[in-house]
Amino acid sequence: MNDSSMTLYKRRRRRNQAAMVLSCGAAGAGMVALVWILATLVLKGASGVSLAVFTQMTPPPGSSGGLLNAIFGSLIQTLVATLIGTPVGILAGTYMAEYGRNNGLTSVVRFINDVLLSAPSIVVGLFVYEIMVQPMGHFSAWAGCVALSILVLPVVVRTTEDMLLLVPDSLREAASALGAPRWLVIQKVCYRAARAGLITGTLLAIARISGETAPLLFTSLNNQFWSVNMNAPMANLPVVIFQFALSPYEDWQQLAWVGALLITVAVLSLNIIARTLSSPRASDR
Amino acid sequence: MRPLLSLSHYNCVQARVSGSVVNNAVTAVAGRTSSTLARNKLLDSLLRISTRSAAIVVLVMLTGVILSLVDGALPALKTFGFSFIHTQSWNPVTEKFGAAAPVYGTIVTSLIAMLIGVPISIGIAIFITELCPPRLKRPISTAIELLAGIPSIIYGIWGLFVLAPLLQKYVQPLLIGAFENVPVLSSLFAGPPYGIGILTASLILSIMVLPFITSITRDVFETVPPMLKESAYGLGCTTWEVVRHVVLPFTKTGVIGGVMLGLGRALGETMAVTFVIGNAHRISHSLLAPGTTISASIANEFTEADGELYTSSLIALGLILFVITFIVLAGARLLLLRMKRAEGH
Repeated sequence: MNDSSMTLYKRRRRRNQAAMVLSCGAAGAGMVALVWILATLVLKGASGVSLAVFTQMTPPPGSSGGLLNAIFGSLIQTLVATLIGTPVGILAGTYMAEYGRNNGLTSVVRFINDVLLSAPSIVVGLFVYEIMVQPMGHFSAWAGCVALSILVLPVVVRTTEDMLLLVPDSLREAASALGAPRWLVIQKVCYRAARAGLITGTLLAIARISGETAPLLFTSLNNQFWSVNMNAPMANLPVVIFQFALSPYEDWQQLAWVGALLITVAVLSLNIIARTLSSPRASDR
Repeated sequence: MRPLLSLSHYNCVQARVSGSVVNNAVTAVAGRTSSTLARNKLLDSLLRISTRSAAIVVLVMLTGVILSLVDGALPALKTFGFSFIHTQSWNPVTEKFGAAAPVYGTIVTSLIAMLIGVPISIGIAIFITELCPPRLKRPISTAIELLAGIPSIIYGIWGLFVLAPLLQKYVQPLLIGAFENVPVLSSLFAGPPYGIGILTASLILSIMVLPFITSITRDVFETVPPMLKESAYGLGCTTWEVVRHVVLPFTKTGVIGGVMLGLGRALGETMAVTFVIGNAHRISHSLLAPGTTISASIANEFTEADGELYTSSLIALGLILFVITFIVLAGARLLLLRMKRAEGH
């Protein structure tokens, strides 16, 4: 009796230890993956970072050059997409949190928005190809911006609604009791109290789209030359990386690694800034 | 009844609301000219209408995506009919297209990614909620979530230049050798070690879904009332027994929701897979052989597709992908919603 209960106890302990070791191993594996990817990027990319990367255009195969046109294209398209997507997203989130808090439209929009949040981005590229590239007859930076803004929208809608719902109702009631009309309450009380959250949402959206490749492949395409014409194909970092990494030329592959390093540094910094802004300590202020 | 504007509220408003609101409000009350009222009324309805239309834009977007895909896919669906889904040939020269190979590749890579990714994600969630010292909780959670921030093209380039050569040189020969004489497994791990292929794509996908499944699993694990866990510990349960018999049954719906969300991500993932899948339009038994997925086919071929039927077939693939992911993601959201409601009661 005593003997068998001892073996049972031992078995349970051993099983527990095994499970806990596996769980620590899983956490370790996750960290290893992150560190491994980042280390590879730094090892392969850092050696290629030079002034030329930021001052010269993407080179033809076999010669050296930089990424200036791609960096510029990425910045401008991300900027325009954010300018299109963010206001619409904030307005939609405002409706869901302020006007239609429990009505049917809000529940449906919230559900659809959550689905769009993780919908495959390549399908968005197809959609924009159908509605813009095909009717216009050519690829253009505008189409790329529209595709990216469609990806911005759900991120901003989601964070705006969440953040506005965190603003206590007593603040709204207090402002209303002073005679402030609804638009003023929303603008001066709700937006101001939720400001850090709204900025976080926008930053996360920018982080999301600045690395997106799939929706740009057949909207803004690529351009080997300097171009500021929004109505023509425009270079952008992700597509350049895609093209250069899969090429057989050493120079191009090296530039692809540099571009990959630049994008990752930018995206992860945005993520970390957004996180610090929205951490509990920051929102106290 | 509490007065609506108690002293503490008033202080709060003073502190938070800028002077201009109070001033405006005071003018509105004191002056009460009909023009101010009318102006405010107009602005109110303007804001209401514009926010409402913005909310409707989200719905329009979804309908637009579906309609445009159906419209674009129509020529292919008309030509091939239902057989489009189960035909394996993909021949731009003879213009015969079938979705079987990409659909197979999409589903197989995602399922293998889930097989590898789900246990690891749940393991990480257990580590964070049950084992991790409080000081490390936030850094480790953040590190895992940063994996979600890395753009998918980075996973692709890393998979092609780092992971694939490693698999080709060490892991795949080992797998081929180990299962050579085992009946079923030998055909799963057959053929020369290419490095790129279905298995490599699945491995990359399994890393990419980690942060999504982990963060949801961790969140639902934290909804388990401490009382339940403490009662189990009080009865003498080990940590594993508490997780297995208290935490997991309590959070089942949420965990399944999180897993389906990860599956939705894996199904639609494009760039990372495009780099390492090999882009071969055929179904092969071996997991080491190159294949293709829906998104990889579209990414690789769309700009080069000439002829209406070719383009249309690719859009039809996009439509199939959208329908599959929509069903999976909608199911995930419904489960998570149910979990949330149950929690509210």
